[in-house]
Amino acid sequence: MKLTVWTYEGPPHVGAMRVATAMKGLHYVLHAPQGDTYADLLFTMIERRNHRPPVSYTTFQARDLGSDTATLFKTSCQDAVDRFDPQAIIVGASCTAELIQDDPAGLAETMGLSIPVIPLELPSYQRKENFGADETFYQIVKALSQPQDRTSRVTCNILGPTALGFRHRDDVEEITGLLSDLGIDVNVVAPLGATPDDIARLPGAHFNVLLSPETGEAAARWLEKTHSQPYTKTVPIGVGATRDFIAEVGAITGLPCRLDESRLRMPWWSSSVASTYLTGKRVFIFGDGTHVAAHARIARDEMGFEVVGIGCYNREMARPIRALAKEYGVNALITDDYLEVEQAIETLSPEMILGTQMERHIGKRLGIPCAVISAPVHVQDFPARYSPQVGFEGANVIFDTLIHPLVMGLEEHLLTMFRDDFEFHDDAGPSHHGGKAKAKVDEVFEAVEQPQSDNVIWLTDAEKELKKIPFFVRGKARRNTETFALEKGISEISLDTLYEAKAHYAR
Amino acid sequence: MNVPLPPTNGGCRTAPVLKERGQREVFCGLTGIIWLHRKMQDAFFLVVGSRTCAHLLQSAAGVMIFAEPRFGTAILEESDLAGLADAHEELDREVARLLARRPDIRQLFLVGSCPSEVIKIDLSRAAERLSQVHAPHVRVLNYSGSGIETTFTQGEDACLASMVPVLKETAARELLVVGALPDVVEDQMIGLLADMGIGPIRLLPARRIDDTTAVGSSTVFALTQPFLGDTHAELERRGARHIAAPFPFGDEGTTAWLRAIAIEFDVSEETFAAVTAAPRARAQKAIAQASEALRGKSVFFFPDSQLEIPLARFLTRECGMTAIEVGSPYIHDALHGPDLDLLPAGQQISEGQDVDKQLARARAARPDLTVCGLGLANPLEAEGLSTKWAIELVFTPVHFYEQAGDLAGLFSRPLRRKSVLRLEAAE
Repeated sequence: MKLTVWTYEGPPHVGAMRVATAMKGLHYVLHAPQGDTYADLLFTMIERRNHRPPVSYTTFQARDLGSDTATLFKTSCQDAVDRFDPQAIIVGASCTAELIQDDPAGLAETMGLSIPVIPLELPSYQRKENFGADETFYQIVKALSQPQDRTSRVTCNILGPTALGFRHRDDVEEITGLLSDLGIDVNVVAPLGATPDDIARLPGAHFNVLLSPETGEAAARWLEKTHSQPYTKTVPIGVGATRDFIAEVGAITGLPCRLDESRLRMPWWSSSVASTYLTGKRVFIFGDGTHVAAHARIARDEMGFEVVGIGCYNREMARPIRALAKEYGVNALITDDYLEVEQAIETLSPEMILGTQMERHIGKRLGIPCAVISAPVHVQDFPARYSPQVGFEGANVIFDTLIHPLVMGLEEHLLTMFRDDFEFHDDAGPSHHGGKAKAKVDEVFEAVEQPQSDNVIWLTDAEKELKKIPFFVRGKARRNTETFALEKGISEISLDTLYEAKAHYAR
Repeated sequence: MNVPLPPTNGGCRTAPVLKERGQREVFCGLTGIIWLHRKMQDAFFLVVGSRTCAHLLQSAAGVMIFAEPRFGTAILEESDLAGLADAHEELDREVARLLARRPDIRQLFLVGSCPSEVIKIDLSRAAERLSQVHAPHVRVLNYSGSGIETTFTQGEDACLASMVPVLKETAARELLVVGALPDVVEDQMIGLLADMGIGPIRLLPARRIDDTTAVGSSTVFALTQPFLGDTHAELERRGARHIAAPFPFGDEGTTAWLRAIAIEFDVSEETFAAVTAAPRARAQKAIAQASEALRGKSVFFFPDSQLEIPLARFLTRECGMTAIEVGSPYIHDALHGPDLDLLPAGQQISEGQDVDKQLARARAARPDLTVCGLGLANPLEAEGLSTKWAIELVFTPVHFYEQAGDLAGLFSRPLRRKSVLRLEAAE
């Protein structure tokens, strides 16, 4: 038993719903009690889909238990097939139905339906949403794909994009364009937009592009093993990763893969002098493993940030993220407990967080700017505009995403120079964000904040001076000073200690 | 006192009800925790359930409103399913940790879920045991918010019903007002009743455990929400008497509700008129303005919160709408009867749900406004129907005179929005 307030991932059957909702001509019959239909709103409200997810819930109630929930399942199954006329159905149980052990798979098998029935075994008390999506897609591919000759032209499948995925809609469009520029056609995109008939055609492609390892890797591995289709290991998020991806595609296909980079603006945006202020900004990165790995590279190599911590919530990615953390000389935080993440962020006091909706809330509480780079996300992170993450346009989009929460270069200096100005002060926040400005309230002196370390005391002068440091670097200054004091065996921080520490850490 | 007149073509109390069973597009009772934990400021709601329960609470809340809310889910894991004795030990440990970290918590609700009911974790036994451990500082109660037992707002009912047996006994003739209301609305209600000379007024739920809510055979109680059937039964078991009335939505409902209490407490005509005249006039004016877009329009209710019947009464009698179908998850005659008496005959009353059949009826009827849950709203909008998502009716202050205009406004906004947008491509 584990006490949880907010979760990064839903239960595994929600992962199955992400696959079913992404596809067309597939229906999911879910043995579930009243109330589990809440999951529909993830798709209709958060992602603003204009169709109900193709899911029939058996909706059993207490009075059904012990009488005949099995018949209820069969009726729902038959009704769904009659009403929605799907090409195939997937059947499974939610967490409660798993406990009553009705065996949806066995029940559906005895019904003699004329369409393929794909049973799902998703252990609700062990695994989570991403596993559910990955496993569901794998079972669908395994059940429906048909051996066949390769297409005459060089083609690939794009595997992994689902409903509720982070920017999957636009990533599919961007990568399709990129591959087309390389002279490669897309055979099938799946699950997003694919029908069961399309799944049957998967083995016709020459190779697979694994766009989202979280939700497509099991299927990609199976296709490699069974149909000898290699799959790409690089997810093309960021400038370097996109170039690597193109090289990888070249190696797989033997095609001379070179790409026109005239639309790629990110490198110049990052090297132009207006971006100098980004240098060495301390960032903490947390999300799903794929996006975290991509953003660690972008942050260090393409933005010039300093990565102070990385982590992921999906344990399936723990190993690569730990390895990556080692390479970056930081600790990897593998947890799905947002309180632990908050603790880590508080301790590291970064200048910026790259995270999920959880980290945005943490950042809001701690006063640290946050850019959202990974699922799970809220309705405002499903933008109307085109905003891919992959490919060259994705790199452009990410540059904009990462600088938006920050106070810009010259403004930083002005804030430092005129920090007592009644309009232009710390609490007003970055000037390009609306709705925050508030007139400065004259205070004699704010209550003294708790020092982060128990072993040092801030003398009043030093504490006052600390308050004069702009908010976006104050946390770092406090931390550096305390670390410096501890190293030097100083127990009381004076004005001098503060400036000695500043000189010590100058860069 | 002007009594609301029943409709000339007769009310709906005895009208045939279409009862359906099938897929239900509704929340389970856990959802009530979202507003109950704000209402009871010293309470913590600990759901004993699965990852699905935690995910539901997070999704239904829409956003993570509060950094550390006063609710959480003790997520059952494989090992808890294997040995129930261990599950109890684990629960004790989690509760001890929680209470050590949150000394502000004075009442703890152990909330049962579908999985905990199916594997039969006895939460009443756990509550008793934990009460003994943590008394007197913390009171531990339990109720079920599971989907196999409760539909959406029934979660609040189950919660309040669990509190009734532990209320202190009183012989005083007091008014107990039952149902979680936003504080601002509750204060307005208390103000109106106090001005009529009625008091002290006891509240269930009280904002804090130390409050003096008590019950006995001299207690009379009024319900502010139409979904409190079990609480109603528990209070009657304690000897309290229900003051039946239409629910306080709109001018007419509020007046009828207050009047029933006024009669019970022998308030004079003059006093009643003096207290209600000004807010009534304001409510009428606000409703008239806010309901302009609603007059002559039709409405179709999908079952959601049990507010459907009183709201249909408000929309048809005060906002000039006609109802095509009024669906409610459950209909209790003792609670919904007074509203059904006033609801003009003509629409289909339905109880329960088979969502695909009901969608087919709504599509055939093409109502001007469809009141439904979040899972259905956008798909229906995409089919060209205007919708009002029902959960907003539970999350927004809508009771009594001063909110009557806002209530009408909640229904008219989708129609107004449709009329102001100019997004159609040129032909």
